Amino acid sequence: MRSKLTAYEEIVSKVKDGMRIMIGGFLADGSPELLIDAVIESGAKNLTIIGNDTGVPGRGISRLIETDQVDKVIASHVGLNPRTTQRSIEGSLDLELVPQGTLAEQIRCAGAGLGGALTPTGLGTEVAAGKRIIEIQGKDYLVEEALGADLALLKSSISDEFGNSFYDGTCKNFNIVMAYAADLVMVECDQLVDIGEMNPHLVETSGILVDHLIKGAKCE
Amino acid sequence: MSNSISVKDIIAKKAAGELFDGAVVNLGIGLPELVASYIPEDVEVILQSENGILGMTALEGEPAEDHACFNAGGKCVGYKAGSMLFDSLTSFMFIRGGHIDIAILGALQVDQTGSLASHEIPGKFIPGMGGAMDLAAGAKKLIIATSHTQKGKPKLLEKITFPATAVNCVDTIITELCIIDIIDQRFVVREMSADISKEELQELTGAPLVFNF
Repeated sequence: MRSKLTAYEEIVSKVKDGMRIMIGGFLADGSPELLIDAVIESGAKNLTIIGNDTGVPGRGISRLIETDQVDKVIASHVGLNPRTTQRSIEGSLDLELVPQGTLAEQIRCAGAGLGGALTPTGLGTEVAAGKRIIEIQGKDYLVEEALGADLALLKSSISDEFGNSFYDGTCKNFNIVMAYAADLVMVECDQLVDIGEMNPHLVETSGILVDHLIKGAKCE
Repeated sequence: MSNSISVKDIIAKKAAGELFDGAVVNLGIGLPELVASYIPEDVEVILQSENGILGMTALEGEPAEDHACFNAGGKCVGYKAGSMLFDSLTSFMFIRGGHIDIAILGALQVDQTGSLASHEIPGKFIPGMGGAMDLAAGAKKLIIATSHTQKGKPKLLEKITFPATAVNCVDTIITELCIIDIIDQRFVVREMSADISKEELQELTGAPLVFNF
């Protein structure tokens, strides 16, 4: 099995203008801070960011909202990041709010070869505007289309060099599903072990999904 | 704002009184998070948090450096014996799939048809819905925990004016002044504070009240 360990400079060089980038984490818990550094350092513009939220000021996705690299955000909750709300109201950021469970399912669909999901969530609200409603077994469902990305930035607690990864505590969140849904997948790990040292029972992301791996700040 | 903390605690304590032994409960960000601190000792509930935990404890103060367990508001929590940790997909299988007994959420507005507005004041305040729309769609019972008024203006209305977070979903509303069940699209007051008269309560409410006592 090939090692996915990649130099920081190479990671930076992979980030391009106009990319749709998925970023794991939930309010910066389980956010890949070093990979976010790489996006900032790349200077790439006109980015679309897909994530549960936009972090909290100074941490997680928020650091990208504080630069002018992002044109659009697709997220479920931005209430703990005043800058996102402010930019949206000013008109300098296109903010698309999606129910959290719907966002997870849309990403799953993209990663699982499905066209979309049928959900009752959002019926009767603005979320349903312009979307198809299908009746199945007597109940109405919204059609929510698959949502993929060019690049996924994930944060693991433990990875082996092949990219097999485990996420501790509540840091699993969107990291697990996003690994399936982007053309290019990068993982930042807190702890790195050799291939063969990862207990297969604990692997939550297979290394076959991971293109690049980098050691985070917690690695020695 | 010094007394707003105590108002929140009054509401949270009353909301905790709605929980039953063995219930699987999701608490929204903000005021509902406080409910975890007021659960009666003889009532054991299993708290789900949509960021990926079933069986979390009440808030635990400042995290240790390697702490990896938080609630959906980003606050440090622990987990009890018998807990499960999971990803966002699994989390919303619990939520949307009807496996949560009670969800307690906050509100900007709530109306007598059971519609809730909690995620946007157009042009002013855009926190987003987070998991609220999924919880409203999937939880067996939806309780709203909110202050009765906002700067003196009623939050309990005939019809919400802010964008709907969910329609026809709310079962019960808990404020510092009263507990209201929504029955046949009417606000039915189940209990109220002794410090206020029925007329005063009606004055502070934007829709007709029915008193069930």
